[in-house]
Amino acid sequence: MAVCIAVIAKENYPLYIRSIPTEDELKFHYTVHTSLDVVDEKISAMGKALVDQRELYLGLLYPTEDYKVYGYVTNSKVKFVMVVDSSNTALRDNEIRSMFRKLHNSYTDIMCNPFYNPGDRINSRAFDNMVNSMMMQVC
Amino acid sequence: MADEAIFLLLHNEMVAGLYRAAEQGEGENGRCTTKLESMGFRVGQGLIERFTKDTARFKDELDIMKFICKDFWTTVFKKQIDNLRTNHQGIYVLQDNKFRLLTQISAGKQYLEHAPKYLAFTCGLIRGGLSNLGIKSIVTAEVSSMPACKFQVMIQKM
Repeated sequence: MAVCIAVIAKENYPLYIRSIPTEDELKFHYTVHTSLDVVDEKISAMGKALVDQRELYLGLLYPTEDYKVYGYVTNSKVKFVMVVDSSNTALRDNEIRSMFRKLHNSYTDIMCNPFYNPGDRINSRAFDNMVNSMMMQVC
Repeated sequence: MADEAIFLLLHNEMVAGLYRAAEQGEGENGRCTTKLESMGFRVGQGLIERFTKDTARFKDELDIMKFICKDFWTTVFKKQIDNLRTNHQGIYVLQDNKFRLLTQISAGKQYLEHAPKYLAFTCGLIRGGLSNLGIKSIVTAEVSSMPACKFQVMIQKM
C-alpha cells in the first residue's frame, strides 16, 4: 500500500499527485520532486550500464528513514513515482511492479479518452478510484 | 479481412465529409488538410501509448523509427513499411509501395491530385506517435504513382 502516488509528465511537471491526507502533503511533494533527479540519472545511465535495457520499471530510487521511493518510466517519458512506508516490509518487488502496471494501464486508458488533452492535469474518476485502491487505508 | 475495411471506409468518409463541409461553410480548402492532420495527431498519441505499454525501452531515435515502420505500421495497416532510408541527420523517408488507404483509389496516375487528402491523416498519425515518444517532427507525404507513397519525417532538434 502506497503512501503517495504521483504521475509526472515528460516536461517534469506533475499531472497527478495524491497522498495520504493525515501526513504533511508538502513533504511528499518535495520527496517526489527530488526523486525526479534520481529518475533522470537512471535513464541517462541506460546506454552504459545494463541497468534497464528492457524494462520500464526502475526499482527503488532511494530510501529515506521513513519511506522508500520507487520509480517507473513509460516509453512516452511519463514518470510514475510511488512513495511507500518503510515499516511495511511485506511489500515485495513483484507487488510494486504490479501496482505500476495497473497505473500504466489506467494512464493509457486516460490517454485514449477524447475529453483528455495530453498535458493537462488528470481529472478522471476512474483513475482516482484505482489510485485509492492502492493507497493505504487510513481510518 | 473485415476489420481492415472498417477503418478504410471510415477514413474515406472522414475525408469526404470534411471537404463537403468546407465547401458549404467558409470555403477554406487549406484548413481541411490541417484538420485531418491534427485528428491524426491526437489519434497517434493515444495509439502509441497503447502500443508501447508492453514493449521495451527504446535505445535511440533510429530504434523508434524502426518501431514505427514495423510494429506500428503492422498494427494499423497490417503490413510493414517497405523501405526506410535516412541521412543520419534527422531526415527519414518511409516508403510504402502499397499503401492501404490508397489501393482502392487507383493503380497508376489517375486521381493523383486527390491523393494528398488521403495522406494527411496518416502524416498526423506519425507525427502524433513521435511526439508522444518525445520527438518533435514535421511529416510530409508525396505520391508519384499510386498506390506507392513516401512519408518524409524531419526531426526538429530543440
